Amino acid sequence: MVELVVIDRAGAEHKFAAAPGMTLMESIRDQGIYDIKSLCGGSCSCATCHVYVDSGTPLAAMSEDEDDLLDGTSERQANSRLACQITLANGMAPLHVIIAPED
Amino acid sequence: MSTSDVLIVGGGQAGATAAITLRQLGFGGSVTILEATADLPYERPPLSKDYMLGQRAFESCLIRPARFWAEQKIDTLTNAAVATIDPARQQVTLADGRVLGFGKLLWATGGTPRRLTCPGADLSGVFTLHDKADADAIAARLDTPRRAVIIGGGYIGLEMAAVLRKLGHQVTVLEAQERVLARVAGETLSRFIETEHRAHGVEIRLGAQLREFRGLNGAVTAVVLADGMELPADFVVTGIGITPLAAPLLAAGAAGGNGVEVDEFCATSLPGIYAAGDGARHRNRFARDEWVRLESVQNATDQAITAAHAIAGQGKPYEALPWFWSNQYDLRLQSAGLNMGHDATLLRGDPAARSFSVLYLREGRLIALDCVNRTKDYVAGKTLVLNGALLDAARAADGDIPLKEASAG
Ligand SMILES: Cc1cc2nc3c(=O)[nH]c(=O)nc-3n(C[C@H](O)[C@H](O)[C@H](O)COP(=O)(O)OP(=O)(O)OC[C@H]3O[C@@H](n4cnc5c(N)ncnc54)[C@H](O)[C@@H]3O)c2cc1C
Ligand code: FES
Repeated sequence: MVELVVIDRAGAEHKFAAAPGMTLMESIRDQGIYDIKSLCGGSCSCATCHVYVDSGTPLAAMSEDEDDLLDGTSERQANSRLACQITLANGMAPLHVIIAPED
Repeated sequence: MSTSDVLIVGGGQAGATAAITLRQLGFGGSVTILEATADLPYERPPLSKDYMLGQRAFESCLIRPARFWAEQKIDTLTNAAVATIDPARQQVTLADGRVLGFGKLLWATGGTPRRLTCPGADLSGVFTLHDKADADAIAARLDTPRRAVIIGGGYIGLEMAAVLRKLGHQVTVLEAQERVLARVAGETLSRFIETEHRAHGVEIRLGAQLREFRGLNGAVTAVVLADGMELPADFVVTGIGITPLAAPLLAAGAAGGNGVEVDEFCATSLPGIYAAGDGARHRNRFARDEWVRLESVQNATDQAITAAHAIAGQGKPYEALPWFWSNQYDLRLQSAGLNMGHDATLLRGDPAARSFSVLYLREGRLIALDCVNRTKDYVAGKTLVLNGALLDAARAADGDIPLKEASAG
């Protein structure tokens, strides 16, 4: 399991563990945190799953498409990612995630 | 008789989004979703993409996990199809005779797939692809290699063709027009998509006129064209568009025809009754305020948000930018804006390199764009369309210059 700490848009902290193999977007949604719309269902086409992520384990590099979509968000930061593009993997260090403001 | 403060008819993309938004806005009244089928709200796009491929479970297509609705005190009644509406009494009657009252009503029933009327159209093995039941019925045929004929070269038909080829089936696409995607895209994109599908082994027949389906023991075996050509088929998928489902609302006196007419707050002509999604005709800012009906996740979601704000007494007009995506093979198609009424097009990038964008202009301003494997253009284009930017045509057509640096002046 991968440990997660997710801060929602209201500032509330959610601590939970999620199964490897699912995406960060799915794990947040299934935990009952409903701030991310994920309109394109995770196909890297909408940027409505924008989060800020910090982790002890380096995350897989982002694709050019993800990078470009993030450029289109108004609140991009150095640790911006699309949650649907991060797959949780066995042995990952805990992830600290903040849901980015809505565009 | 039970009564809800807000009754939502149709538990699809728009209905679910409206209910979620009401709660996000702090609306504390009772909210009920009435859904005709047995399923809780789910996303339809995966039905012709990763769900059909078998790469995504149905649970992960749900717009929210089942427990969400109870947690948020949103009643979801499935197998509950609304048959009639009485706006004066503020009541609906279901197909099974149950009567429910409402304070406000949101009509979010989407559309129903158009069906062919030619001889043999009711044979088994002739499918539409609109809901989970359709997708599951088609998927059940995919256990061994089959010959499939797809009728209609629109997005759903083409996505289906791509999935079937990936799974190793033989595919023919029949399109009545002289190019695929004729209703939604410019010719450059149509020709590119045709070339891609042909390269993946799909047979595409343009200008194809259908005469009939032939069958054996009630099951389809062939598609016959007007010129007598007979194409053997183990099954057929028709993707020829949808008809909005609005009869009960129109019968109750709501203005409309091809769908229900709504104003900028998604209100129908009947007091306290709203509509959103595939069935809601509206004047769209990005179509120069012409009446349009859009069939997209974007429109269903943003109209539902608009309607929820109005219902919650926080009305703000609908002015969201239209956008759309489609995935076929390894192609990422992204569109923004509405291209109707364009007077010029520009091509950026190179179709042969499988990375290009088609820009649609009107009086020099960017009104829409279709991007293939070119997310950077899509992102920049959205802003330019939103701002009605005048383009420097030479710079915009130069794929080496970032699109965001292509506005004139
Ligand atoms: C296979 C497929 C692929 C798609 N791919 C994309 C894509 O890639 N990108 C994109 O942007 N869009 C795509 N779309 C379009 C998108 O799914 C629709 O635009 C969107 O679902 C419309 O939302 P809606 O709420 O208006 O209607 P729907 O989502 O269709 O929901 C309407 C609901 O109302 C119910 N209903 C109907 N009549 C009644 C009644 N009388 N009483 C109670 N309930 C009723 C229906 O059962 C249905 O569940 C796709 C659609 C399909 C079918
Ligand atoms: S869900 Fe659309 S980009 Fe992540």
